[in-house]
Amino acid sequence: MSLGYLERGYLEKDELPPFPSEERLKKRAVAYIECPQPIPCSPCFESCPSNAIEMKNINDPPKVDYEKCTGCMKCIRVCPGLAIFMLRLRDDGMGEVTLQYEFLPWLKKGDRVKLYNRKGEEVGEGVVNWVLPPERNDNTSLVRVEVPAELIFEVRAVKPVR
Amino acid sequence: MVKIEHGRLQEHPIVDFKRGKEVTIYFNGQPIKAYEGETVAAALYAAGVRVFSRSFRWHRPRGFFCAIGKCSACMMEVDGIPNVRTCKVYVRDGMQVRTQSGLPDAEKDVFSIFDDVIDRVFPHGSHYSKFTTSKKARDFMVKRMRKFTGFGNPPRAVFQGKAEVEEIETDVLVVGGGPGGMSAAINAGKYGAKVLLVDENPFLGGQLIKQTHRFFGSAKERAGTRGIRIAGILEEELNNIENIEVRKETRVFGIYNGEAGAYQRLNDDEGKLLRIRAKKIVVATGAYERTLIFENNDLPGVYGAGGVQTLMNVYGIKPGNTGLIVGSGNVGLILTYQLMQAGVNVAAIVEAMPRIGGYFVHAAKVRRLGVPIYVRHTILKAIGRKSVEGAVIAKLDDRWQPIPGTEKEIKCDFICVAVGLSPTHELLYQAGCEMKFVPELGGIVPLRSKFNETSVKGLYVAGDVAGIEEATAAIMEGRIVGIHAAVTLGYGGEEAKKELEEAVREIEEFRSGPFGERIVNGLKKCTLESEVVS
Repeated sequence: MSLGYLERGYLEKDELPPFPSEERLKKRAVAYIECPQPIPCSPCFESCPSNAIEMKNINDPPKVDYEKCTGCMKCIRVCPGLAIFMLRLRDDGMGEVTLQYEFLPWLKKGDRVKLYNRKGEEVGEGVVNWVLPPERNDNTSLVRVEVPAELIFEVRAVKPVR
Repeated sequence: MVKIEHGRLQEHPIVDFKRGKEVTIYFNGQPIKAYEGETVAAALYAAGVRVFSRSFRWHRPRGFFCAIGKCSACMMEVDGIPNVRTCKVYVRDGMQVRTQSGLPDAEKDVFSIFDDVIDRVFPHGSHYSKFTTSKKARDFMVKRMRKFTGFGNPPRAVFQGKAEVEEIETDVLVVGGGPGGMSAAINAGKYGAKVLLVDENPFLGGQLIKQTHRFFGSAKERAGTRGIRIAGILEEELNNIENIEVRKETRVFGIYNGEAGAYQRLNDDEGKLLRIRAKKIVVATGAYERTLIFENNDLPGVYGAGGVQTLMNVYGIKPGNTGLIVGSGNVGLILTYQLMQAGVNVAAIVEAMPRIGGYFVHAAKVRRLGVPIYVRHTILKAIGRKSVEGAVIAKLDDRWQPIPGTEKEIKCDFICVAVGLSPTHELLYQAGCEMKFVPELGGIVPLRSKFNETSVKGLYVAGDVAGIEEATAAIMEGRIVGIHAAVTLGYGGEEAKKELEEAVREIEEFRSGPFGERIVNGLKKCTLESEVVS
């Protein structure tokens, strides 16, 4: 069994969960869960109203059925591991990544942000086009950023442009 | 003292720091601003004090380490009383705080220049043989030696208050108001048992009060909820059960054949001794932080990871500007994230094992914010004279030896040691429990039954004192222990028995993954003989 990601602290391409189809990504946002390790944790599974998350027991890593996922964002609101990302491809050739954000200053719609990949390398700049304010989710804000389409499987963190 | 501009955090993404009234305390005669509700140690730290004491021998500067009253590195003289753990005492206007060691104080200690001479003239242990013949010479020397070694002057203040004795009878006594203890009290109390819960702190919640992150587990154990909120939820549940009595600032000092002795502090001048007769006793005293051996590991600025969490998340005080984290278990990883949330940089995380010890998702969330994680690395030494100015780390070979030439200097002004915890087991030893060293559970733990009853009948353990795990497991253990205590006292009937079975099944499932495997292996080693199935 490869434990490569446990030496590095990030997932390499071949360790990522299967990608949703382009067609599905274009329909509406879909939950993409980067949680490969068996840990005793199940709030995403318990919060999913459409049974799109499969988990055999509390230690089983979650698997998302992308066709069943409605993009309702219930799971990303509760994930304590900050491991869920909502991904979407728009018709205008741009992509969108929604992630959990717990830092000051809080981000607002229209803010420009620097984009970072899983290793913490800067991969570009993007614009926040929607937020769930922190007070509505026990101080975990949800931030949706507009990114180039090819970066939706890359961008995993944002920091405000100063 | 270090100069700091913003000792206290004004804003924080998760915590809203409610500071009390501004007061003034005096540190070695100098006025220092503090806020009611802060401990003396926290207020001093916020004011830039880093040297809290000097070591017994060699007069090495020492800072705080654990911040929860377990390590004694922060002892000072407070209002004339020596050897007070300043991390456990709360500020009061006009309070006089003095360092005990050093001349004129711990910060600038001129005693240290005599170290070489003293060591030659008075070799180790010489105080047992020298100056013991005449009482006068002895009295004279004891005074000098106490001053010199930092044991403080004999108390100048005399306790003026009253100490009454109160006798209490209860079904269940729970010692410790953390997640394990609160859960045990709730689960025994809800089936009708009369419960007394005591905790040495003026608040309940134990170490939950510094856990600003969302918890793992299942929704039933409140996964997705922040630790700090879970403390409040559990306390409310406790308060809603009539037959549970809670006494804070109450320390249990001994357990004798089903009776416990405790001291309850009522106010500055009053306290009382409690003699508690309990049919069942649950010990949930938690754990203390371990340290690691490396050069200068006693330098102020080398802190326990939990100590830093207390300082930062409870009192809103910045531990420094840039930290180095030693250990990549969940505590180290979570602390890294919490430091960044408070606007503190983290230079790196070092881990001696070939892989990250905590949950991958915790590592991923700091890695993507740019914090390097060095596996197979260790810290060789801390750099600095009176407080940490940097650290040297190095790569380890397959035999855990540092590889020459791989040393790297890291710039940082504090170092967090996150290398695990050990159970706070003193009370169990004193009570006569059969104990055993089980590395998987973090140290010396009691033998126990499936329901966590120790070899002393009617004495249970719950939470970290039973074996280092985490808060969710502590809550689950507390549930088992609480219900079992109630059931064996005749409360709850069939319904309680059914819930007990369910609770045992749930914790077994919780521990069924790779992280629980270690715990399960540890538990096999400390099962009471009467329970071992051959």
